[in-house]
Amino acid sequence: MSAAGGGIVTRLAPSVAAAVSIAAFLVLWQAVSKAGLISDQDLPAMTTTFRELWSMMHTHQFWAAFARTVRGWAFGLGLATVLAVPLGILLGSSEFAGRAFRVPIEFLRPIPSAALIPLLFLTLGTTLKSEIFLATFGAFWPLLVQTIYGVRDVDPIAIDTARSFGVGRLERLYRVKLPSAVPYIATGLRISSAVALILAFTAELFMGIPGLGQTMNVAESFGLTAQVYALALATGFLGLGIYVVFSALERRALRWHPSQRLAGA
Amino acid sequence: MSGRTYRSAAIAAEIAVPLAILAAWQVWTVNANDPLFPRLSTILVQFREMWLFSQFELHVVPSLTRIGAGFAVAVVLGILLGVPLGLSRWGRLLAMPHVEWWRAMPPPALLPISVALLHSIGNRQKISFIAFFCLFPILLNTIDGVRGIDPTFIETARSYGVRRLERIGRIVLPAALPQIFAGMRTSLSLAVIMMVLTEYFSSTSGVGYVLLISKNTFQLAPMWAAIVLIGVLGYVLNLLLILLERRVLSWHRGWRAAEAQ
Amino acid sequence: MSTSGERLLEIRKLAKTYGSGAKVTHAIADVSFTVDDREFVCVVGPSGCGKTTLLKCVGGLLRPTRGDVLLRGRRVTAPPEEMALVFQEYGRSLMPWSSVRNNVVLPLRHKNLGRKQRNALVEEALDAVGLTPFIDHYPWQLSGGMQQRVAIARALAYQPSILLMDEPFASVDAQTRGDLEDLILRVREEFAITILFVTHDIDESVYLSDRVVVLTHGPTEVKAIINVDLPFPRDQIATKELPEFAHLRGHVYGLIKREQVESGEELAATLTTATKGDRP
Repeated sequence: MSAAGGGIVTRLAPSVAAAVSIAAFLVLWQAVSKAGLISDQDLPAMTTTFRELWSMMHTHQFWAAFARTVRGWAFGLGLATVLAVPLGILLGSSEFAGRAFRVPIEFLRPIPSAALIPLLFLTLGTTLKSEIFLATFGAFWPLLVQTIYGVRDVDPIAIDTARSFGVGRLERLYRVKLPSAVPYIATGLRISSAVALILAFTAELFMGIPGLGQTMNVAESFGLTAQVYALALATGFLGLGIYVVFSALERRALRWHPSQRLAGA
Repeated sequence: MSGRTYRSAAIAAEIAVPLAILAAWQVWTVNANDPLFPRLSTILVQFREMWLFSQFELHVVPSLTRIGAGFAVAVVLGILLGVPLGLSRWGRLLAMPHVEWWRAMPPPALLPISVALLHSIGNRQKISFIAFFCLFPILLNTIDGVRGIDPTFIETARSYGVRRLERIGRIVLPAALPQIFAGMRTSLSLAVIMMVLTEYFSSTSGVGYVLLISKNTFQLAPMWAAIVLIGVLGYVLNLLLILLERRVLSWHRGWRAAEAQ
Repeated sequence: MSTSGERLLEIRKLAKTYGSGAKVTHAIADVSFTVDDREFVCVVGPSGCGKTTLLKCVGGLLRPTRGDVLLRGRRVTAPPEEMALVFQEYGRSLMPWSSVRNNVVLPLRHKNLGRKQRNALVEEALDAVGLTPFIDHYPWQLSGGMQQRVAIARALAYQPSILLMDEPFASVDAQTRGDLEDLILRVREEFAITILFVTHDIDESVYLSDRVVVLTHGPTEVKAIINVDLPFPRDQIATKELPEFAHLRGHVYGLIKREQVESGEELAATLTTATKGDRP
């Protein structure tokens, strides 16, 4: 009965708690706005916001903007991956190259991509190219660093074993080092996917490039606060979706990792 | 290559590569003669003129104040909320949906809302915005740090009658501190980014504001000087945090090294 | 030496079960024995017989499913002031972020003592274990044996009347173990405390104790309680040469071996019945 495998209560608890918690927040939001604690202009009611979102979702323009943001994100992340992973493997597997380029990477890494927006305004202009450049630049660094760590963090015993069996350098790379680096790359992808979205949106918001960010900017300048909130919600859902997908990927990669498999055996 | 030759070559490369990149930049910008990409030498001159020290007080101080205050609030709140959440399963079940949502939300999407909700574009809005998003790395790392504490530490303290509050102060907090510092490092770089975003969006002072204005007035050298400053600020702040961490967590390095033997 | 004969600790029909329904584990089924004031009682048993669980229940860290632990006639529901616990894993019970001094003083902080008195207790305890020069070191700067001595000093500074020790010398090399065994015997004399000592080392159990409690395999019960009439003070060479020592040791060893064989037989029996049941 209730003693079956762990207990129904323990298994349902997380979902129930989550539902209760979210519901409480929504109710609180509604109460605060209805009670007039914050003016309607500054904080639209919860129901108003969701209604606005719902009606927006019936328009073509919303989905066009949504698709554009996804496009900018996808290109940015894709380009960053294509550049960062091979470079990371190179810098990670060659100690010399890694050391040589350590200082430039440490200096360029902390530069917030957002600081490049004015430069992009004046060079590539307010086009999709700028959005992709920004997203790529931002997503590049976490992925590069994680790939380097991953290639470096290989178990020395595994390498020594391979070497003692006469496995050549290149083969060691793709048979031992790369599989070992996969979880790190997965972590890098999770971080970079979030960064790429932030920058794609930022580019749209600040440079008026078509997408959710630009739509929000326009709504704000017309004082359509409910729309601004609704768009924030939509962007939040997009971000949540990306996060869920990439952290699931990351968890899979971690489970698959040789060290974890041995632990489970 | 012998060991010593290799090591000297590596050190030489570590110095040569950055210098080579800077030299290449100078040469390329001189040749290109593009107003959008001033010479490195011009940028450096402009950098010194602006930031040391004529516009330091006008812009750098407000930016640093916002970063500092936002980061401090994030640290305090992150630890105050993270410790109980790390200790309480029910607390986590209730809080995690919210934490996951705000953590996944792209910060710029909340820029207009933060201005509207807080009815300001001054320090109040900026510090709140920075603090809000810097909270989550620290919060999550504090929770992980607390959850990862070896139960033997806690059991030992319990068996000696150390009471709950004292256990938290003397056992839980020090044990979780290494993980908390990892969160702090992430948050600090995030703070710099948030500062730029929020100043660029709506401000009347600060480095981000300078970035915006110089773009609008087509002043390229000041714009580049601002970009370089932002990079330098991020680097220096990160360095300071690492130095602090080294001091506070010196025991941790020694402990880990001893365990590895 | 001799005990005062007064009963200090009573473990009465202690039982501990984990889980419920189909997944229930009876760690401890029914354990009862007593410990007199100033006695040194060792608890031995085959591996996995719940010795640590037993000690944690006695120490008030775990709530028993059935039965009680009585200290001076009163039920133990939380770690009592009079008891101090020393774990096997010193690396995880000594706080790496504190010096030796601060580790030893930790249990004393909530007792209403003045600063001078606290420091005096710390120094006295460290002196008793011979670690005075290392008072301001960090635990991880010391060897394993020394770290365990710090843990013992911490327990001593707490001024308990009874010391619970969970295989404290198992993680230490054999030679250091001998030193620590003699140390704990000296400490028992000097501080006049009672010791309940869990170990899997049979020689150690006979060498140290006034009585040895032998446990069965899980679900655990008391198999036998053996009086150790060897003379004090004990000596690593002289005592272990006595024929009485060999006899006692052999006796305990035989009891445990039989438990291990029985539990192995039971395990084999469950496997064969399982395979028999699988056939259609």
